[in-house]
Amino acid sequence: MMTVVPKKRRDNRLLVEAGIVIAIASILILIVPWILTDFRLSLLGRFLALSIAALGIDLIWGYTGLLSMGHGVFFALGGYLLAMYLKLQIPKDAANQLPEFMNLYGVPELPWFWKPFHDFGFAFLAILIVPTIIGGLLGYLVFRNRIRGVYFSILTQAATVVFFNFFNGQQKLFNGTNGLTDFKTILGADVGQYQFTFYILTIVALVLAYALCRWLTSGRFGNLLVAIRDDENRLRFSGYNPTGFKVIVFAVSAALAAIGGAFYTIQTGRVSPQLMDIGFSIEMVIWVAAGGRGTLIGAILGTLLVNFAKSLLSEQFPEVWLFFQGALFLIVVTVLPDGVVGLRKLFRHRQQPITTYPNIDLNPEVQSEREHPHN
Amino acid sequence: MNESILTTENLTMDFDGFKAINNLNFSMAPGELRVVIGPNGAGKTTFLDLITGKIKPTTGQVLFKGKNIRRYSEEQISRLGIGRKFQTPRVYLNLTARENLELAANKHKDVWGTLFKQLSRDERDRIGILLETIGLAVKAERKADLLSHGEKQRLEIGMLVAQSPELLLVDEPVAGLTDEETENVGHLLVTLAESHAILVIEHDMEFVRQIARKVTVLHQGTVLCEGTIDEVQSDPRVIEVYLGQPQSVDS
Repeated sequence: MMTVVPKKRRDNRLLVEAGIVIAIASILILIVPWILTDFRLSLLGRFLALSIAALGIDLIWGYTGLLSMGHGVFFALGGYLLAMYLKLQIPKDAANQLPEFMNLYGVPELPWFWKPFHDFGFAFLAILIVPTIIGGLLGYLVFRNRIRGVYFSILTQAATVVFFNFFNGQQKLFNGTNGLTDFKTILGADVGQYQFTFYILTIVALVLAYALCRWLTSGRFGNLLVAIRDDENRLRFSGYNPTGFKVIVFAVSAALAAIGGAFYTIQTGRVSPQLMDIGFSIEMVIWVAAGGRGTLIGAILGTLLVNFAKSLLSEQFPEVWLFFQGALFLIVVTVLPDGVVGLRKLFRHRQQPITTYPNIDLNPEVQSEREHPHN
Repeated sequence: MNESILTTENLTMDFDGFKAINNLNFSMAPGELRVVIGPNGAGKTTFLDLITGKIKPTTGQVLFKGKNIRRYSEEQISRLGIGRKFQTPRVYLNLTARENLELAANKHKDVWGTLFKQLSRDERDRIGILLETIGLAVKAERKADLLSHGEKQRLEIGMLVAQSPELLLVDEPVAGLTDEETENVGHLLVTLAESHAILVIEHDMEFVRQIARKVTVLHQGTVLCEGTIDEVQSDPRVIEVYLGQPQSVDS
C-alpha cells in the first residue's frame, strides 16, 4: 500500500491470490475429507455454508459500516425457499401429493405460492432473487430516509421479530415452529447419500462468493464503501448519493446470506424459525468481529473458529458455551478490535509510526520559540 | 443577475426563533476570491450550510448562476459545481490521498459508473498534477489518517478541486495550522483563484490580509459591510463588533 503498484504487478498479485484460494479449496475438497471423521466433516460443511453468510455481513458491516443484526431473516429465507422445493419431492404414485404437515393441519390444497416450487430451476432462482429484492426494498426504505447507525441496527432487529412471528405462526403454510424437515430427494437423488456433493458445492459457492466480495471491495467501488463507513455525510458534498450504494450492498449481502442458508439447510436437513431468532443474527456479527471485520478472509476464519470452538466446548461442557461466547465478544471489543486477522500485526515488525511533518518538537525553530516565548 | 455566480436574496434561517441568518443579501462575481469574516456566531457556517443544501432556508433564496437551488439535494448541488471544504478537515481516513482524490474526481457518481467505469488516463493525469499542486505527490499512497493536520487541509482542498467545481466554499482553512502551513494554504488558494470562484470563511486576520481582495463582514446573520481589508478594518461598526476585541482576532 505504501508504494504505487504498477498494473502488471497488481495483476500478478491477483493471480497469486486466486492461486491460494483455489489451493485451499482443493485441500478442503481432496485432503480434508480423509482427515476428519464424517461427523466433523459434516460440521465443516455447515460452517462453510455459514461463512458465506458471514461474507455478506462483512460486506455490509466491515466495509460499509452498516451493522445489520437481522441477517438471520435472509439466511432463513434461503433455507425455506430450498426446503419448499424439497418438501414437494413427493413420489408421483403417492396417494397424497401434499407435504405431510399440510395433511396434519388439514390443508385441502397446495397454497398458490408453493406451486411453482415443484420446479428446481424456479426454487434456485427464487433463492437468489427473493431475498435480494426484500433486502433491496427494505434497504431502500431505510436508507432513503437517512436512517443510520443504531437506528438502522434496531430496525434490522425489529425485522427479525416480524419475520420470526410470521413464520412461527403460520402452521398451515410453513409448519410453524417445527419448520420444514425430513427431506427425501433433490433432483431425484437421495439427499442423505449426496452430502459430500453438497459439501463440495458449498466450497464452490464460497469461492464464488469470496470472488464477488473481493471484486466489490476493491477499486473505486470498494473505496466508496469505505468512504460511506468513514464519513457518509461528506460523500454527499463530493456529489455522491450514498443511498443507491447502500441499497446495492445490502441486497448483495442479503443474497449471500440466503445462499448460505440454502446450503446450511440441505446439510442440516432442517429449516425452522429459530434461524430468524435475534440471537442467531447477532452470532453472525460476532463471527465476523472475531475473525476481523473488513478483511473478508477474517469473516470466513472467524465463522469456522467460533463455530468449531462452540461445538467442541459444548461437547465437553454443555453449559459453558454462552459464557465463552460472551467472553469472546468482550475480548474482541476490548483488546482485539481487528479480530484474529488483526493478530498478525502483533507478529509483524511494528510499523514505524510515520511522522508526517519533520517532527515538530525537534524543529529548531519551534524549540527556540519555546525557549523565548516572547520573540 | 446572470453576471454573478452566487447570489442570495433576503435569505433567512430561523432556528426556532433564533435567526442565524437574517435577511442576508450577498453576491459574488465569477472568478472572485471573497473572504467572509465575522465574530463567533455571526452565521458564517450556517451560511455555507444554506448554500450547499445541508439545510433549507426559512425564507429567501440562494441562486447559483441565476438558478434557484432550493429544491436540490446536497449531492445535486455539488454536481452543479459547488464544492465545500469543512472547518475540520474531512477526508476519508482509511483511503490514501490518491484514492481520496479519485473518489472526488469520479465523473460517474452513480452506482454503475463507480463499479464499472475505469478512471480515464486523462483523469489519472489530472490527479497526478493535482497531487503536485497540493504538495502531496510523495505521500500520494499514504493513508489520509497518517497525514498531518495541514496536509489533510490541503488534501481536502484538493478533493474540492478534483470535483471541478466553479465555486469553492472553504471554511476556516488555516485553523490550527503552523505559520508555514498557513502560508502554503494561502498560496494554494491564490493559485486556485485564477481558475475558480472561491468563498473563504476565516478568523485569522493576517491570513485574510494575505489572500483577500474583497472582504464581507457578517454580523448577527446579516452583512455588516463590504470592501477591501483596509476599508473594512477602519470601519467603525466593524471595529465595534469585531475588531474591537483584538485579542480574539489576531492570533
